[in-house]
Amino acid sequence: MITAFADPFETLFNIQRALQAREASDWLQNQTTSQGPFPPINVFQQGDDILAIVELPGIDKNALQIQANDNTIRISGRKAVAYPEGVSVHRRERSTGEFDRTLSIPVQIDADAIKAEYQNGILTLHLPRAERGKPRTIKIA
Amino acid sequence: MDTRQELKVQKKREHDQKQETTIPARVFVPTADIYESEDALTVILEMPGVEKENVEVRVEEGMLIIEGRLDLAQYEGLLPLYTEYNIGHYARSFRLSSKTDQTKIAADLKDGVLSLTLPKAEEAKPRTIKVK
Repeated sequence: MITAFADPFETLFNIQRALQAREASDWLQNQTTSQGPFPPINVFQQGDDILAIVELPGIDKNALQIQANDNTIRISGRKAVAYPEGVSVHRRERSTGEFDRTLSIPVQIDADAIKAEYQNGILTLHLPRAERGKPRTIKIA
Repeated sequence: MDTRQELKVQKKREHDQKQETTIPARVFVPTADIYESEDALTVILEMPGVEKENVEVRVEEGMLIIEGRLDLAQYEGLLPLYTEYNIGHYARSFRLSSKTDQTKIAADLKDGVLSLTLPKAEEAKPRTIKVK
């Protein structure tokens, strides 16, 4: 089978863009950015606790389910994009569909104290570390 | 048959800037939907994390220019453990083909989605021509 490129220049430009983007990445410096299923998640440490920030623009809060376990968080829902009737669509870039993703946290979290916030298309999950998972200082008797 | 459409992560496209910026932040191109009805053009852009007051929309020489600034201060003091996406401001511009009534552009930001309604100018509306 012959693999034909629709536009060889476009392919080349895309490669160049990807290389430049890698080079220009100043945020998160030398840490590699991973790729996972939808939605994209960034996990941060805030003191003892874990903060997960999920980019989810235009979601109906009621269509979003969050389930938590000792060290896993499951985020599932639906991203819908609707167009009014009788319009002609010029450009369609926003994606639509269902998603279901489970995130494993390497530490024990207190599932009862999880706080979820959805604002400006960003889902923020405050995951407090479970008491039993916190590091303890051991005194020498 | 499972007809569920699975969502894929859309790679953020970096904005090709013509001018250099004075701030060291990155700028991305927001994903957009554009549709046209008989009396208006609607542009919908996804700008997650942008606050209402940090959005700027203007029309200049037939170009629709949209800018959204992200408040990067909320990321201060956070230690990244695992990351999948980068953050930055948003910028995008479109060349408008039909005449729009600039004074009547309406903008609405909800859940990180910016909706712009650009009403067509009277002379640009489609007319039905009657044969005499």
